[in-house]
Amino acid sequence: MTLIATRDLTKTFPQVTALDSLTIDVEAGVTGLVGANGAGKSTLIKILLGLLPATSGSASVLGLDVAREGTQIRAQVGYMPEHDCLPPDVSATELVVHLARISGLPPDAARERSADILRHVGLAEERYRPIGGYSTGMRQRVKLAQAIVHDPELVFLDEPTNGLDPLGRDDMLALIRRIGSEFGIAVLVTSHLLGELERTSDNIVVIDAGRLLRASSTADFTQTTGILTVEVQDLVGGASPRDRLGQALAEKDLRVTPGAAGVLRVEIVDESTYDIVRDVVAELGLGLVRLQQARHRIEDIFTADMATEGAPHGDPA
Amino acid sequence: MAIPPEPEPARRDVIHDIGYRKYSGARLGESYTWRTLYELGVWHCFGIGRAARYKVLPMMMLAIMMIPALIIVGVQVIVDLDRQVLPYSRYAVIMQLVISIFVAVQAPALIARDLRYRVITLYLARPLRLDTYVYARVASLATGLLVLTGLPLLVLYAGSLLAGLPPGSETRDMLTALAGAAILSVVLACIAGVVSAWTTRRGFAIAAIITTLVMSYSVVATIQGIANEQGNTEVAGYAGLFTPFTLVDGIQVALFNTEASTSEGPPGATGGLVFAAVAVALVAVCLLVLLRRFRKVAGR
Repeated sequence: MTLIATRDLTKTFPQVTALDSLTIDVEAGVTGLVGANGAGKSTLIKILLGLLPATSGSASVLGLDVAREGTQIRAQVGYMPEHDCLPPDVSATELVVHLARISGLPPDAARERSADILRHVGLAEERYRPIGGYSTGMRQRVKLAQAIVHDPELVFLDEPTNGLDPLGRDDMLALIRRIGSEFGIAVLVTSHLLGELERTSDNIVVIDAGRLLRASSTADFTQTTGILTVEVQDLVGGASPRDRLGQALAEKDLRVTPGAAGVLRVEIVDESTYDIVRDVVAELGLGLVRLQQARHRIEDIFTADMATEGAPHGDPA
Repeated sequence: MAIPPEPEPARRDVIHDIGYRKYSGARLGESYTWRTLYELGVWHCFGIGRAARYKVLPMMMLAIMMIPALIIVGVQVIVDLDRQVLPYSRYAVIMQLVISIFVAVQAPALIARDLRYRVITLYLARPLRLDTYVYARVASLATGLLVLTGLPLLVLYAGSLLAGLPPGSETRDMLTALAGAAILSVVLACIAGVVSAWTTRRGFAIAAIITTLVMSYSVVATIQGIANEQGNTEVAGYAGLFTPFTLVDGIQVALFNTEASTSEGPPGATGGLVFAAVAVALVAVCLLVLLRRFRKVAGR
C-alpha cells in the first residue's frame, strides 16, 4: 500500500529551490529518506504534514491530499522535528499527556498511553523531572514519545539520531526498527548519514538538492556484488600472506585488488573462481579466514567514482 | 487415573511486558482540544497544577488585589456606611500596577514560551489550527485576568450587601464593573500577548509589558494634567485613549455612565464611540499581529 505519494512536487523559496519536481512513493514499513543537509528532507516533511504549501505539484499522505486535508492527515500521523522543541519547565509525563490530549485523546486514555509510550522509549523515573535537566538522548526520546503517543498510522522522524553518541544512536535505531515492526507504525526517517539507515530501513529514498537520486529497497542497495572478499593469514608466520596470494591468483588470470589489512578483493568470473581461490590458498599453505561475497553499501552510490582507486595488485614487478 | 494437580507456583509480583498496544478509542475533535488548551492555560495563570514556585507570584498578586476590597468591606460593616467607599468601576484603575505585574509575568509564560522553545511545532503537527491555538491562549490569559480583576468586585459586592446597601443599585453597579473588567482583561491580554511574542526572552518581555502599561499611563496622566490646566477638556478626554486602563474606563463611562477614574472622561457620545471603536480595533490588530508572528515562527 502506498502511504505517501508525491507527483512533481516543487517548493521554491525566495532564494533556493528546496524541492525540484520530486516524485516518490513510500510504502509501509520503515523508509529511510537520505540526503545531505539542505537536500530538502525537512521541507518535504513539512509539506507532507500540510504545514507548508507546495509551489507546484501534488502530494498525498494516507490517501489524503496535503493541500486540502492537512487536518485529517495530522490526526493520523506523528512528527518528531529535527530541532529542539521541548519546554524546559515541565516533565516528560506532563508534556506527553498534554500533547496526547491535543491529538484528541480523552484525558484517561492520554495518561495511560503516555505512561506506556514513555516506558517503551525507555524513560523511567526521570520522566517526572523537568525536561530542562535532560540529556540529549533523553530529549530525543521525549520527542519520539510525543510523536507516537496517539498511535499514528505513520510517523515522520526528522534526524532522530542527531547529537547522539554511538550507543545512543544504536538504541534509537533499534527503537525505530521496533516502531516499524512491532508497533506496526509506518516510519519515514531522515538522516544525512547513509550507513545508519542501512540497518534500520526496508526502503531507501535518496534525494539530493530537492531531486530524487534513487529509490529502492534496502536489499537492492546492498545487493551482492561480483566481488569475492578473501582474508588469509600465514599459520607459520611468513611475510605478507595477502600479497603472496594476490600474486598467485593474478598468475591464474584473476583480477585482484587489495582491501583492508589481510583482505583481498577478487573479481568473480564464474563458479570456478571459488575453486581456484581455495586451491591456491591450499598450495601456499595459508590459513583461510574468510571467503565471502562482498555486498554493496549504500555509500557506494555516492562514492562510485572512487571505486576504481587502487592499482591492480599482483603485477609481477 | 487421576493425576494430582500441579501445585500452584507461589505468586510473585512481576512486571509483564505486554508489548505495544494499539489505540482504538475515541479521537475527539477541535472543540475538545480548544477546551483542553484553554482550561490548562487558565489554571496555569495561577500556577495551579504546576510546581510551587510557579504559584508564588500569581497567588501573591491575587492576594494583594483582594486586600483593599477586604479592608473596605471591613470598614463598611463596622462603620455602617450608607454608600460605597470606592465605586466598583474604579477598582481596576486604582490597582493597575498589580494587574500590570500579573499580566507581565503570565503573558510570556503562556504565549511566548511555546515560541521561544519552539513547542509550537509540536502543537501544529497535530489536528489543531494555528488560529485555534492563538485564540485559546489569549482567551485563557484574559480569563485569568478576569478572575484577578473580578474577584475583588465580588468581595466588595458581598460586603456592601452585608452592610445593608440597596441590593438593586449595588447589583447593577457590580455587574457593569464586571463587564468593564472583562473588556479590560481582553484588551490587556491582547496587548501583553503581542509584546511578549515579539520579545521571546522572558525577562525582556516582563520589562517591556510593565513599561508599556505603566509608562503609557504616566504619559496620559501628564497630558491630561496639562490639557486641563489650559482648559482643553477635549484633549484631556481623548488622551485617555492611549493607555488600556483609561481606555476601558472611558468605555465604562460612556456605556454605563460610571464615574470617570481620570480627570476627564471621553467627551460626549462621539467620544464614547471613539473609545469603543479604538478598543475593538486594538484587539483585532493585536490578534492579527499575534497570528502573523506565530505563523512566521512556525513556518521556519
